[in-house]
Amino acid sequence: MRFNLNGKTVDVRAPPMTRLLDVLREECGLTGTKEGCGEGECGACTVLFNGQAVNSCLVPFGQIRGAEVVTIEGLRGRHPLQRAFVTEGGSQCGICTPGMIMAAAALPKHATLDEVRSGLAGNICRCTGYSAIYRAIEKAGTAGRRRPATAGTKRKRQ
Amino acid sequence: MRSPASAFELLEPRSLREALRLLSDERPLVPMAGCTDLYVSLKFGTIGGSRFLNLWNLEELRRIGVRRDVLSIGALATFSQLIKSPVVQKRLPSLVAAAREIGAVQIQNRGTLGGNIVNASPAGDALPVLAVAEATLVLRSLKDTRRVPFTAFYTGYRQTVMRPDELLVAIEVPPVEGPQWFRKVGTRAAQAIAKVVMAAVRAPRPRIALGSVAPTVVRVPKTEAVLASGGSIEEAQAVLQTEIHPIDDLRSTAAYRRRVSVNLLASFWRQTSQQEPRA
Repeated sequence: MRFNLNGKTVDVRAPPMTRLLDVLREECGLTGTKEGCGEGECGACTVLFNGQAVNSCLVPFGQIRGAEVVTIEGLRGRHPLQRAFVTEGGSQCGICTPGMIMAAAALPKHATLDEVRSGLAGNICRCTGYSAIYRAIEKAGTAGRRRPATAGTKRKRQ
Repeated sequence: MRSPASAFELLEPRSLREALRLLSDERPLVPMAGCTDLYVSLKFGTIGGSRFLNLWNLEELRRIGVRRDVLSIGALATFSQLIKSPVVQKRLPSLVAAAREIGAVQIQNRGTLGGNIVNASPAGDALPVLAVAEATLVLRSLKDTRRVPFTAFYTGYRQTVMRPDELLVAIEVPPVEGPQWFRKVGTRAAQAIAKVVMAAVRAPRPRIALGSVAPTVVRVPKTEAVLASGGSIEEAQAVLQTEIHPIDDLRSTAAYRRRVSVNLLASFWRQTSQQEPRA
């Protein structure tokens, strides 16, 4: 089945009811996306699905046919959010970090602190206490850059 | 997931008509949309089926519009779509308020209004809003289209009048006269499932509905009647106690739910008292 993954068209075979999370980690080898709760509570597995933040543990592979998916690897380690999480200490054990960054990447441009808080309300961190995370997002100042530099053509939002 | 994904079959219709035909010919099928409840059930092995019908890509079920002064919301409209919709913001702001408190962004981007309804949880956040807005559900099968008043849809805990060959295709909401009110009480603003959820409309005859206090979402007509006839809020609170049947469960206790319900009734009445209902 073909879909766009981090800017490239890929063709992946997996049963259609497989969780997108498992397809990414096990079929595509992209283990940056983490499994926390596996039931949509914690946000560790957040990826962008046609530009919108979703929990990849709750998305059947069959529903992403032809869609655009961006994972933490799609930010290529060079996204301002990634740099800011490092410099501001927005990461401790690291399990929640990829999901936090993908949720932040879906925020509107120039998001207020309230918008950042509600945009990340579905991402749980048990180490840092969130202040450093919000500070990193504020510092990055580029919330709203939704796709990686090499992303494909613009798609209609679902 | 308890079972391997390869144990499940997924049928992928390209149109509503094809979906209805599959539902009629290939039963039993479990329809699925945003999967925010379904995949949790799959994880815990509590789903009663192994063949699924993918509705997510049926764009025709995602439209929101107004026809003959009735707001029509496609069953596949996501909570994010409802939050952003100018026509929903204008006509049914209490539904926008409910949508904002469902899960968090990741769930709002995937969860659908239709899914919230047919999942038939007594705690569904959007359900009290639809009960007080006097919404109508449009159920379609290959054979026919039925319009069922929302308040007649549920017959018991997780039971509805829907037939296995039917799909909920749209939710129709007439104009709502009078100020709308919504409040969800949970452990935290995001992600938590409601301990008590209440929606109300301050019409000449007030309309009030609660979730998480009975086997289904409930309208409370006796309480409404007390307030409509000029009774005091204390009288209305006493009657409300007889109209709800909360239980102790993992989220809360019956006693707490009773207390919160009567407090919410008072909040609604006080907070809408300055807003003159249109006669």
